[in-house]
Amino acid sequence: MKVVLADYGAGNLFSVTYALERAGAQASVSIDPAQVEEADLAVIAGVGHVESAARGLAATGLDEAIRDRVAAGRPVLGICVGMQLLFGASEEGGSGLELLAGPVRRIRAHTVPHMGWNDLTVPRPSALVDGLAGENVYFAHSFAVEPEDDTAVVALTDHDGPIVAAVEYGPVAGVQFHPERSARAGAILLENALAWSRSV
Amino acid sequence: MVKKRVIPCLDVANGRVVKGVNFVDLREMGEPIELATRYSELGADELVFLDITATLEGRGPILELIERAAAQLTIPFTVGGGVTSLDDARSLLRAGADKVAVNRAAFDDPSILTGLADEFGSQAVVCAIDAKLGEVFTHAGKRARGRDAVDWGREAVARGAGELLVTSIDADGTRAGFDLPLTRAFAEAVEVPVIASGGAGQASHIADAFAVGAEAAIIASIVHERPERLPELKAELKEAGWNVRI
Repeated sequence: MKVVLADYGAGNLFSVTYALERAGAQASVSIDPAQVEEADLAVIAGVGHVESAARGLAATGLDEAIRDRVAAGRPVLGICVGMQLLFGASEEGGSGLELLAGPVRRIRAHTVPHMGWNDLTVPRPSALVDGLAGENVYFAHSFAVEPEDDTAVVALTDHDGPIVAAVEYGPVAGVQFHPERSARAGAILLENALAWSRSV
Repeated sequence: MVKKRVIPCLDVANGRVVKGVNFVDLREMGEPIELATRYSELGADELVFLDITATLEGRGPILELIERAAAQLTIPFTVGGGVTSLDDARSLLRAGADKVAVNRAAFDDPSILTGLADEFGSQAVVCAIDAKLGEVFTHAGKRARGRDAVDWGREAVARGAGELLVTSIDADGTRAGFDLPLTRAFAEAVEVPVIASGGAGQASHIADAFAVGAEAAIIASIVHERPERLPELKAELKEAGWNVRI
């Protein structure tokens, strides 16, 4: 299956590309909106700020390609900042694509960034995080999404309070952690994501 | 809650992993990616590659090593050494490093930290601070800089660093335990994670660093000699009640 990572200038996407290949996908990086729109699964990954990422998506026309996909019911997976980009206004500045309702807020905790391995709790069964309840995955972020609709939340973690770790709603899915850097649990997540995207 | 981390650090000189005592008398330990992969399999939470000769010799970043590490590793890794400018740091992150550790260049020009945080997010920006008797040293521990290390750490965080990698030159390579007063002073001064470095010899040393507020601890020589020591250390920490990933 063909997975295309949206290349909006957010630096290195190789690590995610390699991880998707290991999970069995044919993965590539593209700046071409048509390729992102036509892929079996489109992935928004990368690091940095929502604001500069949103600007990058708009400048390349990839924002429209992703919106069109979702409108047509075709799957999109956001990773880390890519998940935050699925949502609305960020306290970091700027706003995401508003494919899912809710803000992105700064984490209120003793130690920020939330950095390191943390375990997942799974409030309801979902294809995306199947088999990952209690597993450790790697987080590295200072901001987190707060979905208006709780039913979108399929995994949580705890860092001086609950943090949304994964969402799945219609053709839109996202993970706040880094599956490409989460060892075996990360590999399972990506395999799940490929299976989920085929079933959307 | 987020787990306390145990992080093998691979000091790289001329493409090989080395380890010295108090930053001198370097001994060769092996091929970086081989060791890194082995540590990943044995449960390392992260890895750090430090190109320890880069600043002294003015060499550029070790991009080829990073590209291979990015392709092969399934845990996060930080790269430092040889970072002389914002462009250098940017090239390391673009080559596939999850985080970049900036030491002397950040001390000389703290705006580098801000530039990196603006572009990559502060979670990708580690400020490495080498201290001797509480004072900042640079140039692989050879040059005293006349500034209180904790004071500099506080500024580094304000400028954009998302983590501080604090190495005690006094304790480095001694296996006699971390510099606990130094680690505690940093952990109390900043809200970002503090990684204690220098002096790990046994599990109780790591536990001591955690107890004074370190989020993570660097280990080197004790695992380079026998990588199987790594899961043993983590099991011992778990047994002692620490929240570590097994």
